[in-house]
Amino acid sequence: MHDLIRKMFATAFGGQAETDSAVLRSAGVRLAFTTDSFVVRPLFFPGGDIGSLAVHGTVNDLAMAGATPHALSAGYILEEGLPMETLWRVVSSMAQAARSAGVAIVTGDTKVVERGKCDGVYINTAGVGFFEHDQQVGPEAIRAGDAIIVSGDLGRHGMAIMASREGLEFESAIESDSASVAAPVLEMFRRGIHVHCLRDLTRGGLASALVELAASSGHEFVVEETSIGVREDVRAACEILGFDPLYVANEGRFVAFVPAEQAGAAIEILREFEVSAGAARIGSVQNGGAKVLLRSAIGATRVVDMLSGEQLPRIC
Amino acid sequence: MKWVDEFRTADGARKLAAALRSLTTRPWRIMEICGGQTHAILRFGIDQLLPPEITLLHGPGCPVCVTPLEQIDKAIELAHRPEVIFTSFGDMLRVPGSREDLLSVRAAGGDVRIVYSPLEAVDLALRNPSREVVFFAVGFETTAPANGMAVYRARQLNLKNFSLLVSHVLVPPAIEALLRSPGCCIQGFLAAGHVCTVEGYGDYLPVAARFRTPIVITGFEPIDILQGVYLCVKQLEEGRAEVENQYARAVRPEGNPAARRLVREVFEVCPRKWRGIGEIPASGLRLRDSYAAFDAERKFALNTGAVEEAPQCISGLILQGLKKPHECGAFGVQCTPERPLGATMVSSEGACSAYFRYKRTHV
Repeated sequence: MHDLIRKMFATAFGGQAETDSAVLRSAGVRLAFTTDSFVVRPLFFPGGDIGSLAVHGTVNDLAMAGATPHALSAGYILEEGLPMETLWRVVSSMAQAARSAGVAIVTGDTKVVERGKCDGVYINTAGVGFFEHDQQVGPEAIRAGDAIIVSGDLGRHGMAIMASREGLEFESAIESDSASVAAPVLEMFRRGIHVHCLRDLTRGGLASALVELAASSGHEFVVEETSIGVREDVRAACEILGFDPLYVANEGRFVAFVPAEQAGAAIEILREFEVSAGAARIGSVQNGGAKVLLRSAIGATRVVDMLSGEQLPRIC
Repeated sequence: MKWVDEFRTADGARKLAAALRSLTTRPWRIMEICGGQTHAILRFGIDQLLPPEITLLHGPGCPVCVTPLEQIDKAIELAHRPEVIFTSFGDMLRVPGSREDLLSVRAAGGDVRIVYSPLEAVDLALRNPSREVVFFAVGFETTAPANGMAVYRARQLNLKNFSLLVSHVLVPPAIEALLRSPGCCIQGFLAAGHVCTVEGYGDYLPVAARFRTPIVITGFEPIDILQGVYLCVKQLEEGRAEVENQYARAVRPEGNPAARRLVREVFEVCPRKWRGIGEIPASGLRLRDSYAAFDAERKFALNTGAVEEAPQCISGLILQGLKKPHECGAFGVQCTPERPLGATMVSSEGACSAYFRYKRTHV
């Protein structure tokens, strides 16, 4: 995927390939602009559905630029024969998620495709956001000494989707962490935290986000495996399937880089919000090559790498 | 998490590492047979805690890696057939055959499905009476009982549209083949705990005695592996060559009798080709004649012939402990997990793949 984006789209369209939102300047106004498409199967999963996910994904991409989400578009691609009540559930959930996230859905489009051409509903959302501060947020702002903070426990969305898609039954249902993280992120800016960089931990999870950021910032990140929160049921499911929770997708989690002396204050702010109540410092930025080192549970160190392709369940 | 956290503590690992340092007086070369152990060693950095005298060699115990190209080509040929629902554990899907892999068959419209248990494939056959459901029965002694159970169930249900493409392998004959091979430098083995959970460890006693080589049945968590290495080195230092059971919380000497009975009911021992190593006598399982109707190779006329491995690949030498992955010229260059040239790069448990993922920037 990263190769495809870099070699195909970034080459053809130019511009920055590896940020969640574009930051535009026009007549002295700075605004963030982003888009995301949602093709999740099943449409409804424990802890969310495609409608709420389509809001959270785009709102979070704007928040990751440090922007206050303002308005969204909603583009629907519907499969012929989709029951109206299914669509209504998706649309109501989307409206509810937008209200909670404090954004308006202001424009949209609908297309219908033949039966069999899509899994019921695909949704595209685009979003714009404004900046209430003049901080520069991005990998280039990461400094040696920065603290690396993760906003909560990892792996719930990916495992919830996996379990409901594949009919895997665990003792308790794992619920997706799908949520807007804009409120805690913006509160950090409001209360004077110099947030250097933010990245949501969606496809590819924490590991992929860190590897990308290490590469684009040119710094070395050192993280402690034992300080990374993973809920017991998620860990167990990952152990069974041979998955590494560091690579599992999240939809309501992000990593933040802040100056070490503000780490405590940032974590306190994040913990005031339910969506980031599990925020914790997981490591720091060091001088050194562009790589991610993980101190394992037994105190040894290894390199964290980008995953090639998807994780596949293991034989034994 | 119970059964996991207590075997992953930094304190426990440090104590064992210190004990190993004071025990070890000279160089020893120990092979962990199982790919799951190789993966754990690199994921947790267990090798970094060992004294420099101890070299861990990474063995052939990864079923995905040692499944011969011909079998993968047969799987691909079956998966292309419109009447077939081809089912497999997830990690076989990315393994390249001589031309393509099962994921690309699926992308081209083949009905390839990941299942989590072979019994799911039996259910699929029940629910799709007009289709042929084939399950790719790959693995060591560990997966044989579940795969055997699928066939046993299918016969009870009188299913005519279910079959297995079998590529089962057995550990003890592979250990023996490694020990017999000229230039063998392995002085002790960590045997795969889960294999012994099923089969027990009776078969290892004559091997340890005949080749005067200690074999320690070992678990998969960091503390297990360090303890396994400790017990193995202790034997070597004391000049003993016995079978010891580090993984006693899961392994009984006689294994799991019910599972063994089922495996013997359904399968028989046969010669089997190992990718990267070649044919080893009596090292595989195939379906007995009484279950021939469930044998995909006998049911479908498959015309896959012998195929050549990439000439640059040295996975045979790696699987025998004669070379390390980074000593290969193709490692990380022509050969990566996305485009593997040979056995040990194809699965996350293969030695080359584990080195690529965890050690690339160290070596």
